[in-house]
Amino acid sequence: MFSDANLAAILLTAKLASIVTVLLLLISTPIAWWLARTRCRAKVAIEALVAMPIVLPPSVIGFYLLVAMGPEGPVGQLTQALGLGTLPFTFSGLVIASIFYSLPFVVQPIQLAFENINEHYLEAAATLGASPLDRFLTIALPLAMPGFLTGGILGFAHTVGEFGVVLMIGGNIPDVTRVVSVQIYDYVEALEYDQAWELSAIMIAFSFVTLLLLYLFNPNKRKLA
Amino acid sequence: MTTLQKLFTALFCLFAISSVQAQTVMVAVAANFTEPMQEIAAAFDKETGNNTVLSFASSGKFFAQIKNGAPFDVFLSADTAKPLALEQDGLSIKDNRFTYAQGALILWSPKADFVDSQSPDVLKTGQFKHLSLANPKLAPYGLAAVETLNNLGVYDDVANKIVMGENIAQAYQFVATHNAQVGFVALSQVMKQGKLSSGSGWIVPKDLYSPIRQDAVLLKKAEHNDAAKALLDYLKSDKALAIIESYGYSH
Repeated sequence: MFSDANLAAILLTAKLASIVTVLLLLISTPIAWWLARTRCRAKVAIEALVAMPIVLPPSVIGFYLLVAMGPEGPVGQLTQALGLGTLPFTFSGLVIASIFYSLPFVVQPIQLAFENINEHYLEAAATLGASPLDRFLTIALPLAMPGFLTGGILGFAHTVGEFGVVLMIGGNIPDVTRVVSVQIYDYVEALEYDQAWELSAIMIAFSFVTLLLLYLFNPNKRKLA
Repeated sequence: MTTLQKLFTALFCLFAISSVQAQTVMVAVAANFTEPMQEIAAAFDKETGNNTVLSFASSGKFFAQIKNGAPFDVFLSADTAKPLALEQDGLSIKDNRFTYAQGALILWSPKADFVDSQSPDVLKTGQFKHLSLANPKLAPYGLAAVETLNNLGVYDDVANKIVMGENIAQAYQFVATHNAQVGFVALSQVMKQGKLSSGSGWIVPKDLYSPIRQDAVLLKKAEHNDAAKALLDYLKSDKALAIIESYGYSH
């Protein structure tokens, strides 16, 4: 049905988005839990930091990452010292960049879900002798499940839709960094509109299905997306 | 006439006079020609009193925009194919297409003494991790780079080290940030006032790649825009040619 190049780009994009989503759910949970419960004054600043990718142009994030992860940049110096080489033009580089880029879209729904948990449930469990970890795993996590679903879907979708960041640090290498959005851009620039049309249609169908899933799982939080 | 009417009449006259004297020219400029065109447009506006408005993007993007009705008067493409296609589609005025500049390619590194100015030996020694070039499918400079590698007989040796920018600006960005140690970029990007502004490089001999001719066209919308025609003439003037050459383009 698809050309080999299109299929390779779709598979690479799916792989990238899946890995990023799993890592983001792991990273976002403690951040969201802390943000939802802390009374620390630094909370607002941390919230602002986490939300920054929403307002920053992807080209800005991509440009800073390219410089920071380059051989002269601080991240690049560190990765080289660890024997990992530098991250631009690698799949790992895309994963790390995407985590930055999609972080707020996962943290925010989970944080909201944690904030909406009735404090009395946790207090009641505590009086019955449940440990903090026990309370978190058996009460907070299940109650916040819709937030995790929303966060997971949004994180996945945003990573699939990412373009500016990949363009800046990717290097357009087949099977390594050439994702769907870059592939579509190539077709349009090369005036290969038929191919661009095909791949774009898939993206439109994907976006619709994603949002449909989001609203099915989370009928009360439509405004989030 | 009431005061208000007088005011409007005066304003109208002012507007009418200014629009007769100074015409606006909307120009779509291929990104690689940004700096010389800014200089040329400033000189042109100063001499003629016209108002030249410049937009910069890749030629492919401009082509798509023009086909879909973008309001440009003049298109300075980075290649010859797109202006030709526009003419064949009836979107530009016939007999106004010409080559305004010819690009040159350089194998460049931001590090001093990394590339020998006399030979491409660095490509054979393989003392680098990434070689940056523009996507040959999209950018004439990328195509010229691949032709050069093939003609030097080293393409297969370096193929797995190639990283591609979507255009020559991005290919430059990859090298300039040291993420690629060496890359094929446009001479105009690293040359200011006739000499290399930084790093080291080997200017690729012209016989190793097909000419990178950049063509200009007058678009349909500018059929009656004298300023647009004057700008195209100005691009051929000695003054403009001197500016073009100072950025490493030939003619």
